Amino acid sequence: MIDLLALGLLVLTAILLLVFTFLRRKSPASLHVIEAYERLNRSVGLAVENGTRLHISLGRGNLLTARGASALAGLAMLRRLAERTSVSDRPPVATSGDASLAFLSQDTLQSGYRAAGAEEQYRFSTGRLTGLTPFSYAAGTVPTIHDENVSTNIILGDLGPESALLTEASDREDANLIAASDNLSAQAVFYASSQEPLIGEELFAAGAYIGAGAAHEASLNVQDILRWLVILGILLGAIWRIMASLGALI
Amino acid sequence: MRVVTAALAIATGIIVLLGYFFPPLEPLRLTLVNWAIAIAGMAVLVGIFNLVAVQMEKIRSRQKGSVYGAVLVISLAATFVFGALVWGPENFYLRLLVVEAIIVPVEAALMAILAVTLIYASIRLLRRRVDVMSVVFLAVALLFLFLVVPTPFGPVPGDQALLQFLGMFSRGGARGLLIGIALGTLLTGLRVLFGVDRPYGGN
Repeated sequence: MIDLLALGLLVLTAILLLVFTFLRRKSPASLHVIEAYERLNRSVGLAVENGTRLHISLGRGNLLTARGASALAGLAMLRRLAERTSVSDRPPVATSGDASLAFLSQDTLQSGYRAAGAEEQYRFSTGRLTGLTPFSYAAGTVPTIHDENVSTNIILGDLGPESALLTEASDREDANLIAASDNLSAQAVFYASSQEPLIGEELFAAGAYIGAGAAHEASLNVQDILRWLVILGILLGAIWRIMASLGALI
Repeated sequence: MRVVTAALAIATGIIVLLGYFFPPLEPLRLTLVNWAIAIAGMAVLVGIFNLVAVQMEKIRSRQKGSVYGAVLVISLAATFVFGALVWGPENFYLRLLVVEAIIVPVEAALMAILAVTLIYASIRLLRRRVDVMSVVFLAVALLFLFLVVPTPFGPVPGDQALLQFLGMFSRGGARGLLIGIALGTLLTGLRVLFGVDRPYGGN
């Protein structure tokens, strides 16, 4: 029964995604303002103009687990940022705490440069593995923030409380910080340490806000519809339980 | 070539997904996942080469902090030589030297720094953003701390009831956030499955 429900939800989501992608290609969505992404768009332009670097921290999301989705969201953003900053003197640097993710970040950076017609600018050392445990990852990433003329740090992926070390380093360098995670501990850290925190599923909205395409905008529409379905399901479930309890009393 | 890569990736993803729902596809799903695990294991080894290559480049171009890179490369090489070639990975003295004497104390020190960093971030929260939610966030965090830390006078009266009451809100909020993240995860997965997002390369 649960398998059937899950399959039904999956098929419904897939159909909705295809329909909304088709619609969004014809008429782009008007998105409500998320201040962090507004700031990110400004920071990207500034970084290119003043010759500073963007640092994208993709976290430690293993792609063989459900945590990999946040890493994939980070990679979608990295792809777009690589394309937009390909003319910069200082290319963006991506750090990862998972080996597979580090390779995908290299491939994504290269794709971004290729799409912008600047593949010769790509350097393998801009996609880095900095550590394989939470603290070694944080310790390996902090020098990138301190020493490489970074003006904006984008932390987007699966991290834990160790992310506080990264936000602290960013704060010390007076760099912009855009941070989002699928991990609740990291979200609490980002709420306390960033100017405009991104909470919950706002992590997955990154692509739509940096112009990654119609499918990303369509995803937001589908997420909204599914959220209402979940709310309806929870309310109906609660009403059913109350009715059942009342029936048992009577 | 890129089309072939995309087609292979999408087909593999669909087979693995359907394997969860249709039992006849289960063996194929497990085989594909096992291949992925083996490749991911290999990727760790190659990733370490990437780590060394990046540090060597730093050292060669005399970048800031390259001395730490040198320490990392020398330590890595020494651990590899003694662990894999001379003493073996199960050697008691090697584990004592590398794990107990270096990794555990360093990670514990970072944990202590993390505690201070979090306190500092909390203090600065109101300087950074003064709104109702920030005040509530800080007040609830302090109240939780007050209720869970041991005091010289024993537990605070009514602490369990208050923790349960506050936990009701935090659990509800956490579930709401997790539902949102689950929906985002589902949509991200489908985008990769449809080949819209291609983290494995291609335009």
